[in-house]
Amino acid sequence: MALLLAAVAVAVAACSGGFPQSTLRPTADFSREIDTLYRTIFWWALGVFVLVESALLFVILRYRERPDSGEPKHVHGSTLLEVAWTLAPAVVLVFIAVPTIRMIFRTEGTAPEGALAVEVVGHQWWWEFKYPELGITTANEMHVVQGRPVGLTMTSKDVIHSFWVPKLGGKRDVMPGRTTRIAFTPDSVGVVYGQCAEFCGDSHANMRFRVVVDSPEDFPRWVAAQQAPPAPVDSTAARVQAGAQVFMTKGCIACHTIAGRSAGVIGPNLTHLASRTTIAAGILPNDAEGLARWLRNPPGEKPGSLMPKIPFTDDELAALVTYLQTLH
Amino acid sequence: MTTPVMGHAPTRASWGSRVWSWVTTTDHKRIGVLYFVTAFSFFLIGGLEALLIRLQLSHSGNTLVSAQTYNELFTMHGTTMVFLAVMPLSAAFFNYVVPLQIGARDVAFPRLNAFSYWVFVLGGLFLNASFLVGAAPNAGWFGYANLTSSQYSPGLHIDFWVIGLQVLGIASIAAGINFIVTIVNLRAPGMRLMRMPVFTWMTLVTQFIIVTAFPVITVALVFLMFDRFFGANFYSVAAGGDVLLWQHLFWLFGHPEVYILILPAMGMISEVIPTFSRKPLFGYAVVVYSGMLIGVLGWGVWAHHMFAVGLGPIAESVFSATTMLIAIPTGVKIFNWIATMWGGRIRFTTSMLFAVGFIAMFIVGGLSGVMHSSPPADLQQTDTYFVVAHFHYVLFGGAMMGIFAGIYYWWPKVTGRLLSEGIGKTHFWLTFVGANLAFFPMHFIGLLGMPRRIYTYDPALGLDTLNLVSTIGAFIMGTGMLVFVFNAIWSRKRGVPAGDNPWGAATLEWAVSSPPPVYNFSVIPEVRSRIPIWVENGMTPVPAVPPEPVHVPPGSYWPLVAATGIIIAAVGAILKTLLVVLGGGAVLVVAIYAWALEPFEI
Repeated sequence: MALLLAAVAVAVAACSGGFPQSTLRPTADFSREIDTLYRTIFWWALGVFVLVESALLFVILRYRERPDSGEPKHVHGSTLLEVAWTLAPAVVLVFIAVPTIRMIFRTEGTAPEGALAVEVVGHQWWWEFKYPELGITTANEMHVVQGRPVGLTMTSKDVIHSFWVPKLGGKRDVMPGRTTRIAFTPDSVGVVYGQCAEFCGDSHANMRFRVVVDSPEDFPRWVAAQQAPPAPVDSTAARVQAGAQVFMTKGCIACHTIAGRSAGVIGPNLTHLASRTTIAAGILPNDAEGLARWLRNPPGEKPGSLMPKIPFTDDELAALVTYLQTLH
Repeated sequence: MTTPVMGHAPTRASWGSRVWSWVTTTDHKRIGVLYFVTAFSFFLIGGLEALLIRLQLSHSGNTLVSAQTYNELFTMHGTTMVFLAVMPLSAAFFNYVVPLQIGARDVAFPRLNAFSYWVFVLGGLFLNASFLVGAAPNAGWFGYANLTSSQYSPGLHIDFWVIGLQVLGIASIAAGINFIVTIVNLRAPGMRLMRMPVFTWMTLVTQFIIVTAFPVITVALVFLMFDRFFGANFYSVAAGGDVLLWQHLFWLFGHPEVYILILPAMGMISEVIPTFSRKPLFGYAVVVYSGMLIGVLGWGVWAHHMFAVGLGPIAESVFSATTMLIAIPTGVKIFNWIATMWGGRIRFTTSMLFAVGFIAMFIVGGLSGVMHSSPPADLQQTDTYFVVAHFHYVLFGGAMMGIFAGIYYWWPKVTGRLLSEGIGKTHFWLTFVGANLAFFPMHFIGLLGMPRRIYTYDPALGLDTLNLVSTIGAFIMGTGMLVFVFNAIWSRKRGVPAGDNPWGAATLEWAVSSPPPVYNFSVIPEVRSRIPIWVENGMTPVPAVPPEPVHVPPGSYWPLVAATGIIIAAVGAILKTLLVVLGGGAVLVVAIYAWALEPFEI
C-alpha cells in the first residue's frame, strides 16, 4: 500500500507539468472528452479497488490461524450473496457503459464544416502532412490553429502506423489501403508531442512528430511562408551554391522534393526544411550540428532508415548543411 | 517391450536406461514433470529477455542493445511467455494433477500425451534456434500484417515464427483433445461433473477454448505462410488483400488465449484457498459456471484489441459492452474466493501467500481492464505502457502467481518432499514487491505518453525516473526467481518428507502416496463427495498395496519419432528445401503407422 501511495505521489507530480506527451493534460476537445470519461471510470475503479482490497485485507488479517482458532464451519455458499455480487458490478458497469457509448458516437472523427483539412501519410519512419486546400506538403511537424477544428484523413504508404498526439486526442491507426479519420479542436497555443503508436518495424521508436498549435494570427504567416517558393540559390553565397550542387549531384534529388529544384517523393519534402524545429521525425534538433549528424549516417541515427549513408567529404557536408539551413 | 506391472519403476537401473525410460515414458506424471522442467526453463529464458528489455529502458537514449535486437527481444519475450512458459506450465499441472484428481490411472491417450510434449519441446527449441542463426522473430508476438510480409520483413525472422507457432499449435490441440476425453470419460465412479475439483473444471474449460481457438490462429498463420513462401496475397494490400483480416483472426484467437492462460491459474488457487482456509470453496457451482461463462464470453470480445482501428460506433459499442460483461463473472470469482477465506482458519503457507497475491494483483489488472473496455478511453491507452501494466498484472500477477501457488501446493505430491517455507516466503515477497514495483509505474509511464515496443525514448518525455523504478522492480523479481530455483534444488535432498497429505487437503490426489505409485490408485475409489477426504465416507479406501496386479501401458518412442518428423519438416521449410520437408513428412507418417500398429499387451 505504501507503494501505491508513492505511485499516487508520482502521479500528482506527473500532472503538474513537464510531460509533453501526457494523456492527463489535454489541450483539445477530443482529449478533454476522453479525459473526463477516463476520470469517471478511474474513480469508479478506485472505489471498487479500495472496497475489494480492503475486504481481502480484512479477511486475511481477521481469519488468520491463531492458537485458539476452532475448526471452521463448512459453508458451501449463499444464493443471496451470489446474486448481490453479480448485480453490484453490473450496476457499476452501467455507470461506465452509458457515458462510454454516448461518447463513442460523438468522437467518430467527422470534422465539422470549415475544419482545417490535413492529409496524414505514414511512412517507415516519418510522417507526411499535406494541406490539400492550401497546397502545402510538409513532414513531421503539423501546424494547426487554436480554436479551429482540424479534420485528419490518414493512410499509410507501407505498413500500419498509428497517429497519436496524447494532448490532442486518442490514437487512430494509419493503414495501407484504408483511410481513417480523426477530428479535434486544439484550444491552447504551443507545441505538443506525438509519436507512432503501432509497432512498424526497426525504427518504430524513432517515428516521432510535433504538432504546433498556432494562434489565429500566426497561422496565416506560416501558411504564406510554406506557400512561398524557396529563395533562389543564385542570389546567395558561394557556400550555399556549393551545398545546392551537392544536393543535386549526390543522389538527394531521387527521394526529396525542393520546389523548383527536384521532385522526389520517397522522402520528406524539404522545400521549407529550415522552418521546422526538428529533423528525422523528431529525433534530432534542426540545427547545423543535428543536420550534420543526421547526414553523416542516417541508418546510424535511425536504424533501418531508407535514407542510405552517403560518403560526403567534410566540405560537402558542411556546404550541404549550410544550403539546407537556407530553406526557410 | 515389457509391460511393467505394479510398483514403481526400478530405482537401480543404469543411467542410460533411466534416461530411456523418460524418453519413452507415457506416464502422465512423468510427462507432467517433463513439461514443468522444460516450461520453467523457457520461463527463465523469457525472464532473461525481459531483464534485457528493462535494462535497455532504464534510461532514455540507452544503447545497450540495437533497435533490431530489442525488437527480437520483446517479440520473443511475449511469444515465449505465452506459448512456451505459461501455457505449458499449466499443461504440467493438467498432466500431473488432473488424472489424480478424477481418480484415473492415466490420461485417455498416453502416447498422444507424450507426442504433445515432444512437439512442444522441439517446437520451443526450434523457435529459440532462430537466435543462433541471428534471425529471431521481430514483429511482435501479435505479428501484425503487413509488417510480416516478405517485403517488409525479409529474412528468416518471421519464417521461424510462422512455422514455430504452427508446430506449437499441434501440441496444444492434441493435448486439448486428450484432456477433454480424459476428463469426460475417465472419472472414477461417483465423480460426477459437479463433484470435480475446480482445477479439473477449469482445465476442462481451458481445453475447450484451446481446441476451438488454435484452429483460428492456424488459419491466420497458414495464410501468412502462403503469403511468405508461395507468394499468395491474403494480407497484401496491393493485390486486394486486407491487413485487418490478420487482426480479426489473430485476436479471435488471441483473446480466448488470455483465458487459456488465466483459467488454469484460477483453478489452482480455487484448490489452494479452500485447503489453507480449511473451508470448502464458497459458491462452488457459481465459480464453475463463471469459469464457463468467461470461456464463452471470451469469444465475443476480440475487437477490443482493435479500437484504434476505427471499426465504427456500432461495433465499438458492442465489443465494449461484451468486454465489460466479462468483468462480472470475473468479479464473482474474486468475491467467492474472499468468501471462502471468510470465517476460515487461514494458514499462510507460501502457496497461500501466492494465492492471496494473485487476488490482490488480479483486482488491479481487472480494473485497468475495465478502463480500456471503454473505447474512447482505450484510444489513449492502447499500445502504451498502460496496457503493458494491465496485462502484466493479469498474466504475471494472475497467471504466474497462481502457477507458483500451484507449484508450492503440489510440489510435495510430485517429489515427496516439501519446498522450504522459509526460502519460499523470501521468494514470495521478492516476487510480490518486485512485480508491483516493476508493473505499477507502467500505468503512469503509459498515461504520460510512452508507447509500447520502443527501444528508446525521448528524454523530453520526462519518463526516466519511472522507467528506472520499473527496471529495479524487474530485477527484484528476477532475484525472486533465482531464490525459487535454489529452493527447488535445495528441497530435492533436504526438504521435509511430505507424507500423503501434508496440507490436509480434501481432494483425491491427496489420498495416494507422495509421489504416487505409477498406477496412481491401487483400486479406483468410489467418490461420494466433492471434498472426499474432508467428509466421512467421502470415498472408498485406497489400499497401500494393490490387491491384484495393475496394468499400466508400456512406454513408446514413436511419439518422439513422430514429433521429430514434424520438426524436420519445419527445418526443411526454413531451409526452403522441399526434399527435407517431404522427408520430415515421411518420418511422421511412418511414426504414426508404427504407433498405431504397436503391439499392445493386455
